[in-house]
Amino acid sequence: MSSKRTVQFKIYRYDPDKDAAPYMQDISVELEESDKKLLDALVRLKAKDDSLSFRRSCREGVCGSDAMNINGKNGLACLTSMDDIAQPITLRPLPGLPVIRDVIVDMTQFFKQYHSIKPYLINNEPAPERERLQSPEDRDELNGLYECILCACCSTSCPSFWWNPDKFVGPAGLLAAYRFLADTRDQATSERLDNLEDPYRLFRCHSIMNCVDVCPKHLNPTKAIGKIKDMMVRRAV
Amino acid sequence: MKVAKRTFDAVIVGAGGAGLRAALQLSEAGLKTAVLTKVFPTRSHTVAAQGGVAASLGNSTEDNWHWHMYDTVKGSDWLGDQDAIEFMVKKANEVVVELEHYGMPFDRTDNGKIYQRPFGGHSQNYGQTPVSRSCAAADRTGHAMLHALYQRNVRANTQFFVEWMAMDLIRNADGDVLGVTAMEMETGEVSIFHAKATIFATGGSGRIYYSSTNAFINTGDGVGMAARAGIPLEDMEFWQFHPTGVAGAGVLITEGVRGEGGILRNASGERFMERYAPNLKDLASRDVVSRSMVTEINEGRGCGTDKDHVLLDITHLSPETINKRLPGIREISIQFAGVDPIKAPIPVVPTCHYQMGGIPTNYKGQVVVPKDGNPNVPVAGFYAAGECACASVHGANRLGTNSLLDLLVFGKAAGETVVSDFQSGQLTLKPLPENAADVSLARIARLESQTNGEEVHEVRLAMQRTMQKHAGVFRFADMLKEGVTKILEVAERAKHTQIKDKSKVWNTARTEALELDNLIEVAKATMVSAEARKESRGAHVRDDAIDCAETPNGRDDKNWLKHTLWYSEGNRLDYKPVTLQPMSADVEPIALAKRTY
Repeated sequence: MSSKRTVQFKIYRYDPDKDAAPYMQDISVELEESDKKLLDALVRLKAKDDSLSFRRSCREGVCGSDAMNINGKNGLACLTSMDDIAQPITLRPLPGLPVIRDVIVDMTQFFKQYHSIKPYLINNEPAPERERLQSPEDRDELNGLYECILCACCSTSCPSFWWNPDKFVGPAGLLAAYRFLADTRDQATSERLDNLEDPYRLFRCHSIMNCVDVCPKHLNPTKAIGKIKDMMVRRAV
Repeated sequence: MKVAKRTFDAVIVGAGGAGLRAALQLSEAGLKTAVLTKVFPTRSHTVAAQGGVAASLGNSTEDNWHWHMYDTVKGSDWLGDQDAIEFMVKKANEVVVELEHYGMPFDRTDNGKIYQRPFGGHSQNYGQTPVSRSCAAADRTGHAMLHALYQRNVRANTQFFVEWMAMDLIRNADGDVLGVTAMEMETGEVSIFHAKATIFATGGSGRIYYSSTNAFINTGDGVGMAARAGIPLEDMEFWQFHPTGVAGAGVLITEGVRGEGGILRNASGERFMERYAPNLKDLASRDVVSRSMVTEINEGRGCGTDKDHVLLDITHLSPETINKRLPGIREISIQFAGVDPIKAPIPVVPTCHYQMGGIPTNYKGQVVVPKDGNPNVPVAGFYAAGECACASVHGANRLGTNSLLDLLVFGKAAGETVVSDFQSGQLTLKPLPENAADVSLARIARLESQTNGEEVHEVRLAMQRTMQKHAGVFRFADMLKEGVTKILEVAERAKHTQIKDKSKVWNTARTEALELDNLIEVAKATMVSAEARKESRGAHVRDDAIDCAETPNGRDDKNWLKHTLWYSEGNRLDYKPVTLQPMSADVEPIALAKRTY
C-alpha cells in the first residue's frame, strides 16, 4: 500500500443553526500512513473542515462515544479498519434517534430505557465487612454481559426499538437487565422480572438479531433476552 | 449576553472515577449537587484502565498496608507525601470492598474472594518478592469500576449535566472559590454554576504529548482552569511513560500482562529486564522499565525494521489464561498491532500515560496553596481529587493500580470533607462578583471574531511535538532550555487560534479551542518545572544529574527533596517541603534510600 492515499466520503451533514434540511456531503481526504482506523480519517477530515461534528474519546473501543452508521451498518469508528472498507464511505447518524448535528444523535431515549431496568445491584442485606463471596463459576455467568459500553449500536439497529423506543427497552437495556438477574449477589429477581412483564418492554424482541450482528464488543443481547424470557416462563409455571 | 445562573450546594466537575465517587458521598448525604461532565459519565477515561486497583486484601498472597506504603513511597522516589500515602493505603481495603458491594464484577479466587494479580513495584516484605495486590476484573477493571460507580449514582439519583463543558473557575476578591462557568455543548449557552463547594475531578492532561495512551478528552481542563485562576500547579515535571503502549498506535497494554507472566524481549530475544532490575525484573517500577526499554532501543537492540520498539511476549502462557485474564488485551493487539498475542509477541514502546502532578491538595481533598508562610492553606470552597489533583501520593513516579485507588480514596475523602464542612455550617453561599462570567464570555467572543489566526489542530500539534521532543523519557539540559522557549512561543500562538465553525450547536471546533487553552497551561507548567529541577528523580531523569554516593541515581535530596509549585501568572516557580512524616504518630516514616528493584 502506498503511504498516502485519498479516500472518498459521503457524510450526513446537518447544522440546525444554518441548514434548512440535512444533506449528504461528498468529501475526500488524503490520509497519512498512520491513519489506520475510520476515526483517524475523521480526525484528518476535521482538520480540513472543522465544522464536521462527531463524538469521540478513548479511540480504542471501550468508551462507546463514536458509534455511527458506517456503510449501512452500525459500528464504532475507532474499531473500523480503513483497509477493508468500501468507498465512498457513507456515514450517517445512528438510525432512529433524533439528530442533533451531523452524526451526533440525541441519546436521551436510549439512556432512559437503560435507566428503566434499575441498572444497579440490589441487595438489601447489611453489607458484610469484607467482599460478598461469589464462586468463579457464578462470576463467569456475568461474562458477555458486563462488558457493554452503552454505544447504542445494538438498540439503534433494532426495528422493534425504532418503532417503540419509548416502550421497548431495547437490546442494550435488556442485556443490562440480565446482567443483574444473572448476578448471584442480586436479590431483586422477581422485582426485575415484574418490571419487564409487559407486552412491549421485553416481548417486542422478535429475535431479528441485528443487535448481535453489530455489537462491537461481540456481545449477544438476543441470547440474554432469551434467558430472561426463560425466567419469565419458569416462574409462570 | 445574558448568563443564566444555577445554584447548588456543591458542583463537581468531571464524572470519571473520582467525580462519581465524590458524587455518591454528596448525593447520599442529601446535598443538592450538580455533576458537570463534557462526556456521558461512562465515556470518561477511567473506563480505559485495565489491570486493577491496589488493596492489601491478601486474598492470594500474604499482604499488609505497611508493605503497600513502603512500595508507594519508594515508587514515588520519596517525593510522595507520607501522610497522604498512609491515608490512601489504609483506606484501600474499605473502598475496594465498597465497590464489590456496589456490584463491581471482580474476578474471583477459587474460594470466592476478589481475584488479585501481581503488578509492577508492588512487593512483599519491603521490596523482596512480587505480591498479588491488584484487584482485577479481567483486564477491564476501569470499565467495570466506572460502570459500577455510575450505576450506584443512578440509584442515588445524582443530578448530571451531561455534555456540559466547564470553562472557568469563579473566585472572589479573597480567593474563595464560588463555582464555575460552563457551556452546554448542545446549545453553546454559558451558565454560571454557583455553589458552596466546588470539586474538581477532571482527570489528566496526557494529550499534551504527541504519543499518549490517553483519550482525546484528557485535555487537563481542571488543571488549566485552576492555573488560570491563580492556583499553583504541583510537580508537573513528573509524567509517567507507560512501558507498554502499542508501537505506532499508542493504545495501552496493561502491566497486568506482565503480572500474568508476560516478558519484555529485545531484538535478540533476551529478557533484558533481568539486567536492569534483577529482583523484580519485568515487574519493576514503570519509570525503571520505560528507561530500560529506551536504553535497549537507543543502543541498537530494538526490534522491527526501524529497531524502534521492543516485544511483549506472552506466547508461553496458555490460551486459556490469555482468554480468561487478558481478553481485552488480545482484542486490542489484534485491532491495533495486527498480532494475536497467543501466537506472536506484541510490539510496544513507552508512551505518555499519567500526570503525577496537578492541583495541590491535602489528603482530605482540600485544595491547598501557600499563604503567609504556610505552604498548605486550604482554599475556601475548593476541592480536587483523582488525576487532576496532587495529594501527593505518587510523587515522582506512580505505581500501577495506585491510580484507581487514588481516585476512589480521594474522591470519597473530598466528598466526605465537603459533607462535613457543609453539615458544620462552614460552607456558605458567598455573593458572586458582578463580572463572574466575563472571562468565559470573552474567550468565546474572541473565537467568534478571530480572523487570520492559526487553526487549533496546527497549534496543538506544535505543542505535542515540542513536549514529545523536549520532555520525554530521558531529558537533556540543553533540550529542556530550548523546550521552554519553544513552548512559550506555542503558548503565544494559542492566543490567536481561529475556528471556521461558528455554529452554536455542538460546536466541537470551539470545544477543541477551549481545550487547547487548558492543555497549554499544563504544557508550560511541565516544561518550566522540568527545566528547573536539576536532578533525576522518578520519572524525571536528566543527563546532567550524576549517579554517585551523594546523589544516588542522580537524586539530590539535599537540594531537591521538595515539591515544585508553578504559577501561570508570571510563569513563576516556588517550592514547598515534602511531608516525610506519616499521618499517625505510631507509623514509622520510610527512610530515604537509593531506589533499586
